[in-house]
Parts: sequence; C-alpha cells; structure tokens
Amino acid sequence: MDLSMLWYLVPSVIMLACGIYGFVTRKNLIAILISLELMLNSADLNFVVFNRYLFPGSMEGMAFSLFAIAIAAAETAIAIAIIINIYRAIGNTDITEIKKLKF
Amino acid sequence: MDSVGNIIVYFIIAIAMIFFSFKAVTTRKILRAATYLLFVLLAVGVAYFQLGYQFLGAVQIAVYAGGIMVLFVFAILLTHKPNDKSGLIDSHRRAWGITLAGSAAVVLIFALFYMPLLHGASLMECMQSGGEITMKEIGTAFTGSDRFQYLLPFEAISVLLLACIIGGVTIARKG
Amino acid sequence: MDITLPILILAIPITMFLILGIGGVKMSKKMAGVLGILGLGTTAVLAYIVALTYYFSGDPLFIVDGVRQQYQVFDVTWLAFTQSLVVNIGFLLDPISALMLIVITTISFMVHLYSWGYMEGEQGFQRYYAFLSLFTFSMLGLVVATNIFQMYIFWELVGVSSYLLIGFYYKLPSAVSASKKAFIVTRFADLGFLIGILILSYYTDTFNFVDMTSNPDGVLLSTGGATFMGASVLTWAMVLIFTGGMGKSAMMPLHIWLPDAMEGPTPVSALIHAATMVVAGVYLVARMFPVYCTVDAAMTFICVVGAITAFYAAVVACAQIDIKRILAFSTISQIAFMMVSLGVAYDKPIEGVHYSGLGYMAGMFHLFTHAMFKALLFLGAGALIHAVHSNNYTAMGGLRKYMPITHITFLFGCLAIAGIWPFSGFFSKDEMLAAMFARHWFWGAWMTMVAGLTAFYMFRMYFLVFWWKENPHYKEHKPHDAPWQMSLPLIILAIVSLCAGWIPFGEFVTWNGEPYHIHIELSVAVTSICIAVCAIALAGVMYAKENPLPAKVKSFWPTLWEAAHRRFYWDEIYMFITHKIIFGIICKSIAWFDRHVIDATMDGFAKITQKTSYAIRGMQSGEIQAYVAWYIAGAVVLAAITWLCLI
Repeated sequence: MDLSMLWYLVPSVIMLACGIYGFVTRKNLIAILISLELMLNSADLNFVVFNRYLFPGSMEGMAFSLFAIAIAAAETAIAIAIIINIYRAIGNTDITEIKKLKF
Repeated sequence: MDSVGNIIVYFIIAIAMIFFSFKAVTTRKILRAATYLLFVLLAVGVAYFQLGYQFLGAVQIAVYAGGIMVLFVFAILLTHKPNDKSGLIDSHRRAWGITLAGSAAVVLIFALFYMPLLHGASLMECMQSGGEITMKEIGTAFTGSDRFQYLLPFEAISVLLLACIIGGVTIARKG
Repeated sequence: MDITLPILILAIPITMFLILGIGGVKMSKKMAGVLGILGLGTTAVLAYIVALTYYFSGDPLFIVDGVRQQYQVFDVTWLAFTQSLVVNIGFLLDPISALMLIVITTISFMVHLYSWGYMEGEQGFQRYYAFLSLFTFSMLGLVVATNIFQMYIFWELVGVSSYLLIGFYYKLPSAVSASKKAFIVTRFADLGFLIGILILSYYTDTFNFVDMTSNPDGVLLSTGGATFMGASVLTWAMVLIFTGGMGKSAMMPLHIWLPDAMEGPTPVSALIHAATMVVAGVYLVARMFPVYCTVDAAMTFICVVGAITAFYAAVVACAQIDIKRILAFSTISQIAFMMVSLGVAYDKPIEGVHYSGLGYMAGMFHLFTHAMFKALLFLGAGALIHAVHSNNYTAMGGLRKYMPITHITFLFGCLAIAGIWPFSGFFSKDEMLAAMFARHWFWGAWMTMVAGLTAFYMFRMYFLVFWWKENPHYKEHKPHDAPWQMSLPLIILAIVSLCAGWIPFGEFVTWNGEPYHIHIELSVAVTSICIAVCAIALAGVMYAKENPLPAKVKSFWPTLWEAAHRRFYWDEIYMFITHKIIFGIICKSIAWFDRHVIDATMDGFAKITQKTSYAIRGMQSGEIQAYVAWYIAGAVVLAAITWLCLI
C-alpha cells in the first residue's frame, strides 16, 4: 500500500471543511479564531505535502509554511488583543452583537 | 510500498486530524475546543515529521501548540463568563454551515480524485529522491540573498512580529 | 532701420496698460492720468519720428526712384503650424501704416489729454486710462501687422478694448448691453473674417501681406480656378474678409452696434468709434487692395454695401435727437464713403480714366481728414455734454454765447465734414467724388447726394445746438466752456481740420507708392460745394431760429420721420430674428432635447444606480460571518467551474 499525496490531502480538505463550518456557525469570537487556525493549518499542510511529493529536491513549500506559522502567530496575537478589547467594551465576545459597521 | 509503521502512523494522525478538528468546531465548551485544536496541531506536527521536515514539525509544535495555544487559553480565561450561551447554535446557522462546508468538501475531494497528478509516487520514493533537509541547509537558505534564499522575507517577518508586539500591547491597553 | 523705435512704439502702451491696470488701484488719479498721458505722448513722438523718417528720409529702404516701398522692420516667427503655414509677428512700414501711426497716436494723445478733464472725478479713472493704453497698443499692432493673421489677432484685441471701454460705466444696464452688443456683432463678423483668412491662406500658403499684394495674380492663380456655389473661391475669401471689415466699420447690416456704442465715455467714442477702430475695415481693404482688384465681384460688393450704408446712415442721422447718435451715424456714413472710394479704385489703368488708383488715395486721404474732424466733433460734443449733462439737443440750443471756444471749433468740424473750401474735408471729399465720377457717373451722383445730406444733418445739429433758442435751464445752471485740458485738444484739432487739406497727400500715399499730384477737379468741386451750401442754407432756414417749419416737415411725412428716427427698424429686425426665431424656435427645441433626452438619460443612470444600491444595501449587514459565507460560496463556485473546465 502506497501513501500517495491523496492520503494527506483528504484529511486536509476535511480540516478545511470543519474550519469553514466553525467559522460560519460559531458565535464566540475565540471559537471563530480557532476555526480560522484550522483552515490555516490545512493550507500549511498542503504546501508541505506538495513540496514533498512534487518537488522533493527543493524547500519552497516548507519555507512558505514556516512563514505562514510566523504570520499566524502575529495574527492570533493581534486578534486576541482585539477580542479582549471588544470584551472590555461590550462585556462578552458574541459576534452577533458586533454588527454596527454596516450601511 | 511503504512500511507498515509509516502506514500505521499515517492512520493515527489522519484519524486524529479528522476527529479532533470535527470536535473542535462542534463542541459547546470553548476551552474544550481549544484543547481539541491543540490535538489537531500536534497531529499536523507529527505529519510534518513523517514527511521529513523535522524543523518545520518542531516549529509547529513549539510555536503553534506551545505559543499560540497559550494565547488562546489566556484569552479564554480572560473573556470567559459563567453561563456563557455563545456555544449554542440555532438550526438556521447550522444548516448554512453544513451546506457551505459540505459543498466545499465535495468539490475539493472530487477535484482531488480526478487529478491523475495526485495519485503518483509513494512516500518512500519521494523520501529517497529528496531526503531530509538538514538544519544547515535551512540556516543557509534563510540568511542568504541568492535565488531560493529568503533573507528578505525573513527580515520582513521580524519587523512584522515587532509591529505585532507593539500593536497587540497598544490595542489591548486602550480600553 | 533700427528696430528699437518700432518695438518701443508697441511696448510703451502695453507696458502702460500693465502698470495702470495692475498698479492703478494703488495710484492717485492724478498720477495715473499723468502716467497715461506721458506714456502716450512718448509713443506719439516715437511714432511721428518713425513715420516722418519713412516719408522724408529718402532712405533707399523706403523709397526707390520716387516709389515708396513696403518695408518690414522686423518679422519674426511666432507660431509654425506647418512648414509653409507660419504665423509671424512683425512691423510693416508702408505709406498707409505710417499714415495710421500718425492718426492713431495723434488722436489718442488728444483723447488722453481731453479725458483728463472730461473724466475728472469719475470712478475708475485709472482703469479708464489703462484701457485707453490697451486700445492704443492693439490698434498700433493692427496697423503695423505684416501678415493677415497678426492683423486678426490685434483686430480681436481692439474689439476687446472697445468692449471694455463701451462698458466703462458698467453699472448702467444700457452701457453693459451696448458693450455686449458691440462685441457680439463684431465677433460675429469676425467669424467671416477668420474663414476668409483660412480660405485665402489655404490656397496661397502664406499670411504675409507683402507676398500677397506684390503678386495678386499669383494669388489668383494659386486658387486654380476653384469655385464654390457659382463664385470663385477667391471671391468668397475676399468677401468673407470684407465681412470682418463690415463688422468693425459698421457697414450695413452689421452697423447696429455703433450707435449703441455711444453709451461709452465721449472721448472713447472720439478715439475708437470715430477715428481709429471703425476705420479698421477701410484699412483692411486698403491693405489687401491689389488682391481685391483681382476680384471684380468683391469690389462691386464693397461699392454697393458702401453706397447703401452711406445713404441709409445719412438719412437716419437727419432724424436723431441724441447728438452723439447723430455723430455716430455720420461716422457710419463717412466710412461708407471711404469704402465706396476704395471700391471704385483699380490697380490697372482703365480706359478713359486718367488715374485709376485715385479712389484709393482719396479714401485714405478722407480717412486721415475724417479722423481729425470727427474726433474734433466728438470731443466738442463731449464738451457740450459736459456742460449741459444731457446727450440730447433738446437740452441745448443757443449755446454759442456761453461756449465760444466749443462753438468755433465745432463749426470748424461741421464745415470740414460738409466739405466747404478751405477745410480739409473739402479736399478729400472732392478727390473721392472725382474718383467715383471717373469710374461711373452713378456712384458720383449718388455719393454727391449723400454729401449734401451730410452737410444738412451736420448743420441741423449745429444750428439746433448753438442757435435755435436758449434753453430755459441755463438760468439755473449756466453752461460754460470746458477746462483747458479739454479746450486745448479742441483747438489743436480745429487747426488740423482747417489745414490738413493742404497736405499734398498724393505724394505720400498711393496704392503702389508712386506719387500722384493732386489737382482739384473743378466741375466736381463746384457742384459739391454748391450742394453743400444749399444744404447748409436749408438747415439754416429750418433751424437757425425757432420756427414751426421743422414740425411742419415732420408732420408732412410722419411715417418717414418715425422710421428714420427708429433707424428703419434694424434693431427690431435683429431682435425679431434673435429672440423670436433663434431663441424662440431653434434654441427652445434644442433646450427641450437637452433637458428631456440628454439630461434625462443621465438622470436615469443616477436613478438606476440609486435604486439598485438601495435594493442591495441589505447585503452589507455588518455580520462578518455572512460576508465570509458569501465569500466561501463564491470561492466554491469558482473552484467547481475551474474543476469542470479541467476535466
């Protein structure tokens, strides 16, 4: 039995689908952020898998994933800072209560 | 033909990824969701190890599973209130979510199965032709400015992280 | 010839305009007046030096074997459209431009001096002097133009100065509408001028006057016999160019602006609307004279237009009340005289005519003498208006005792325009009539009749103003002679009007530069003097003392009087055409189209955009998850499409 690319990509797709589901359905901002991390991780995994199977001699995919992790860290830090700020302002982290930015 | 060990490890991490990511977005308790996310991240880290990227796996576990998870836990503790109802989801939202996620998954998986490119070599062959990437190679690639070297993005990331530190502090302090 | 003086002649007035125009607000009135007069005085001196050098120095540049030459002092490229079509700016010295230098600077200087007294205490005194300088600059630039395009540029500039000066009292609605009328009518005519220039230069590949006039047959040949609507292209070009001259020189039917232009200050009327700008049309025809001679149709056209206008204006002048209007119509009539005189001239010998170019010389001669005595008359009228504060002769009468200087100088002007020996008008008019009789008896007879009318209406005005009966208002407000700044120009111009006829004009100005010895055509002279004297006597009988005769004549032909008084309804005709036909029918339908089709389309776009945005703005709900959901849905659809395309 060979572990071809597909074997890794299918769990990655399911992770992405879970992330989408979580992002759209959850109300808690932190839960939404968790869903976001899931999607990001599935993308990272794809980069690495493609690098390994299609261009085993180089390391572009890996480098991309490394940078993505670093940026994810930064993004999470800022997002959490914003969430804490929102919590201070309105007393909870429910996204259904934050929709003043509209027409 | 891959080794049985590899296949067993693969199945463990694949099942862990699928199961825990599913749990992470369906559980009502936010702290549990974070914990499930941690398991997913660990599983992905193991997958990196299995694919031969030790350094990346280490970073995944250290930064994600270590650093970011701590941030999540802190944030949850800071914003948590008893009797939080935000975990409850009405059926309307759920229907939307299932539709979107399901259609995305269906489209992507069908696409995957129809791509002949993706049904090729086994992991072992690839590992043999490429091999592992040593720390020395990574270090050279990240501090050089030639082709296939990443000094500029590396520096940009440093500045980004610095800005992120300052921005995080400023935003969180403001309220 | 050194180019310093010619450049200074143009540079000083424009500099004065800039100084007075920009710095005038900060200056006292006296300072502005002195500056303006000094600047113009310097210009006048320089212009005299240049003109007299041209006439008398005997330099081979200017005169060769007794033939006066056209000399371009400088001629520099200004705009190069194509290799051959180049617009130059230059300074052309020839008999007529030198003559005009003298006329313009003399009259302008007199008017500057006169205005110092006349405009005293007026608001915008500095502005007035600035505009006068601008006008002088433009007019000088016009007459020294080396090419027709330069002339056109300055032609428009004098139009602008005229507009500015007519509208000098911009708080008076009548002055404002008069200035607009003048500008629009002349601008309308200039459209024809421009088209004519373009046609002409298209065929000849040049704008230069010397090139064209030294080789008129070449101009004729260059059109290659092309025709348009039955007339040759050259005819069209020359008639269209003459249209510009008709506008500026107030020939029928474009004369309507000149009487209204009298709303401007009287010295301005003297300078612009009597002596200089309005003769620009005559000057233009004289400038292009050899080219006109190749087109008989255009020359006939000039004669006909001139003859009709001269008669029409003379008749209307007999029935006006406003003395400035009388002078304005007299100006129209006299300019038409010059036009006819030019029209009957010819550049090649004609059988039975001892000198075919006489009309040209006489027209220029009359331009010169007319400028002097008409300026005198206008300035005299200004003195009268200054004294009684009204333009109408009904407010005057019996003024000869109160204003002796004005009376005598005015009388000189009237005698000169009536053509009484030994005043200057006699000599020029005699030459013109002689030229007309020589060409065809009809022109001569017709214009002699107009000359008689001229004498009649001028002396009608003279008697009504200075004789008739004393106006009762004089007891409250005693009229008196004007201050010296105003009297001095009157006296100088009166002397010039008396003496200018004795100048042997033919020695200086002829169409080809060869001298011509003037001799009085005795039969013509005696006839015209007899008619003039009869007309004066008739005017004397009717108007010298208060009597019921004028009222009787008036009631004898009430319709004719009314029609002449209303200028034969030309303004009403124009009003009807512009308001009823153009505004009422054409413009209204265009406005309807604009409002209901073009604007409505635009409004429709706006309305559709607005409606649509109102309809779809609910999509911007502020719910981030909804945005993400839509985004993902779009991405999935795109992915599906891509996938379907790939397999």
